[in-house]
Amino acid sequence: MDGGMIATTDTLVRFTGVQKTYDGEHLVVKSLDLDIRKGEFLTLLGPSGSGKTTTLMMLAGFEVPTHGDIFIGDRPIKNVPPHKRDIGMVFQNYALFPHLTIEENVAFPLSVRGVSKAETKERVAAALDMIKLGNLAGRRPGQLSGGQQQRVALARALVFNPALVLMDEPLGALDKRLREHMQLEIKRLHETMGLTVVYVTHDQGEALTMSDRIAVFNDGIVQQIDRPDALYERPVNSFVANFIGENNVLSGVVENIEQGWARVALDAGGSVVAQAVNIGGAGNRTSLSLRPERVAIETGDSGDSTMNRLPATLTDLIYLGDHTLAVLSTPANPEFMVKLPAGSYAGLAPGQDVYIAFRPEDCRALDPV
Amino acid sequence: MTAAFVAGADVPLKRRLKRAERARQFRALGLVLPLLAFLLFTFVVPLAGMIWKSADDWEVPQVMPQTVAALEHWNGQGLPDEAAFAALAADMRTAREAGTLAVAAKRLNYIVNGYRTTLLSTARKLKEQPAPGTAKETMIGLSPAWGERESWTAIKSASGPVTSYYLLAAVDLTRNADGAIVAAPPDQAIYRDVFIRTFTIGFGVTALCLILGFPVAYLLANLPTGRSNLLMIFVLLPFWTSLLVRTCAWIVILQSEGIVNGSLQWLGVIDEPMRLIYNRFGVYMAMTHVLLPFMILPLYSVMRGISPAYMRAAASLGAPPATAFLRIYLPQTIPGIGAGCLLVFILAIGYYITPALVGGAADQMISSFIAFYTTETVNWGLASALGAVLLLSTLVLAVVYGKLALGRQTTGGLKN
Ligand SMILES: Nc1ncnc2c1ncn2[C@@H]1O[C@H](COP(=O)(O)OP(=O)(O)OP(=O)(O)O)[C@@H](O)[C@H]1O
Ligand SMILES: [Mg+2]
Repeated sequence: MDGGMIATTDTLVRFTGVQKTYDGEHLVVKSLDLDIRKGEFLTLLGPSGSGKTTTLMMLAGFEVPTHGDIFIGDRPIKNVPPHKRDIGMVFQNYALFPHLTIEENVAFPLSVRGVSKAETKERVAAALDMIKLGNLAGRRPGQLSGGQQQRVALARALVFNPALVLMDEPLGALDKRLREHMQLEIKRLHETMGLTVVYVTHDQGEALTMSDRIAVFNDGIVQQIDRPDALYERPVNSFVANFIGENNVLSGVVENIEQGWARVALDAGGSVVAQAVNIGGAGNRTSLSLRPERVAIETGDSGDSTMNRLPATLTDLIYLGDHTLAVLSTPANPEFMVKLPAGSYAGLAPGQDVYIAFRPEDCRALDPV
Repeated sequence: MTAAFVAGADVPLKRRLKRAERARQFRALGLVLPLLAFLLFTFVVPLAGMIWKSADDWEVPQVMPQTVAALEHWNGQGLPDEAAFAALAADMRTAREAGTLAVAAKRLNYIVNGYRTTLLSTARKLKEQPAPGTAKETMIGLSPAWGERESWTAIKSASGPVTSYYLLAAVDLTRNADGAIVAAPPDQAIYRDVFIRTFTIGFGVTALCLILGFPVAYLLANLPTGRSNLLMIFVLLPFWTSLLVRTCAWIVILQSEGIVNGSLQWLGVIDEPMRLIYNRFGVYMAMTHVLLPFMILPLYSVMRGISPAYMRAAASLGAPPATAFLRIYLPQTIPGIGAGCLLVFILAIGYYITPALVGGAADQMISSFIAFYTTETVNWGLASALGAVLLLSTLVLAVVYGKLALGRQTTGGLKN
């Protein structure tokens, strides 16, 4: 098994065939195979109820997998209790101990490890400096704002240098500005301390900006795991295409497939050439995925035969500052979106008949929705 | 702070605020007024009455006003003068006619044993007011006790309007003929023991309730709602039957021919029936059973509010379960422990029926003495004084608890 060899060198955690059910009827995690690499920032992204927290809880040791194994390094951790897993965890509601001061909260993981008083003091001070809350050391959690509590929870989870840090929607309760600030802070800590982070969120913007890799969860299954740009540019199925970013969908039937290119007859008439990504063979139904910024609007025939062209009617132009959103009605999709770079829509007006044009490599033929 | 920023508009704003506040306060007052009035008449007034009774000394001044007046300038050395003897004789005759002499006799008998006999027999023999100048002679002739200083110091010490006699007696102290505070004679010095016993039983029952109740409350707080509701019904079951019935059930279970002894004998574990009741064991058993819900309920309500996330957080930070429990869970339950212990302890030290039914003579608590003095001997002074001492110790405990509870801040932290 050479996969195992690789696992020992740069894989920190691996899930193999993990399943989980709470009620014995319904699998919340259906089949999870996941490698977490040393030093990476991996985000679990998915809609509510898709099994992200459950996955995290199994890793932290608070839930037992119904089936399959989890390894840290080479060691299966089935029988390792949570307190021996050496995993730092930041909970969604912070779970700071209300009867202890900030300082005592941060010192807690050190004191249960029997670290000497002097060293504890030093490391706690360093950790509080890192989150810039040294002046609030004597306060209790109830006397702190949400963002401050969040930072304390972070410091507490990092102060004992865990091999792995898990964060379950740590920024969910914060307002937008504070959330963006904390995203940078967490990212900075990840880079300077060389942490391995598993981060749960259902905010795709957060996932895209912070992660080295993103695992998209849906319905207990990892749909795709990849770098943020790859996830956006090259979704492997319709769920990912629709979940990440804006997406235009065109439905049709595959006519033929040639060297990775598929000719698709649209239900509403006309045909286009697309990259064959996730379709069986000719005759299958497919959903084409098109990013709004990869589509151009043409008022006349440019004559470029490599482009796909479909007739459309411009219904609306929405000015959004850095770009303008054009809403078009085509027979195949009455709400087709096109992002126009600022200043490039001169001569367009709602009600006008135009063409939408896109290259075959920007159009991905995926499973039908 | 804000007022400083709007310094110009300061006055009218403040006044408006006050007016608004006042309306709200009046409304709040209106809501609690009926209860306040109720408490005033059922609690505050009787309590004040009780405390007053423990110091009130009305019998002798009322029954023997002339003697009290005559003794006012007596310095307590030697015997009082002729006028005092004459006043005593006059008072005795008046009181005997009015039928009130026994009241004073009872009060004086608390101070000097046998005073009642002296007083009543002298009054019976005193046919008419002695001729002027012969009162002293006549009285001592009727009873030699009038020639002793103690008989007179007793009257003087009981001449009111207030006395420390009952309160001192409640803690086994008394005043000697010179008015100094000394230990009460051994045959009357029983209350300190009774108080110690009351507090011992109170602490014991509280400790037992805590030991038994804590795990149950923990289970209740951590079970899924459906099952915890069912369990809660069992916890509250004792409240559905009267205290008397429950206590009698314990008698049935624990007596020599009872279920426990019967089963143990049948199993051959013991040959002779064990003595399980009419002793301290029975008292602890029955009182713990009766008071257990008062421990479980406050504990439960506090534990309900402790998020399981704390224990998980502690584990993820490296604390083994026992450490996490001791350092994270237990400290957060302290308000519940405090409230439960205070409640059980205060209820326990006031218990009366249960120890009376399942305890032996040496297990009676202070309440049964209070009951004895109010219903059997009608010694309101002593009964009130014992009650006042009990009340005082309870208040001290409540204050200590309040200080401890205020000293720690246990809420907050889980903002969601
Ligand atoms: N303790 C539990 N008992 C029974 N079912 C549970 C339990 N915890 C979670 N579930 C179920 O498992 C599924 C997945 O839950 P999970 O908490 O992992 O979702 P999630 O991806 O974290 O969602 P969210 O983004 O809303 O936090 C949900 O359908 C949920 O109802
Ligand atoms: Mg979740």
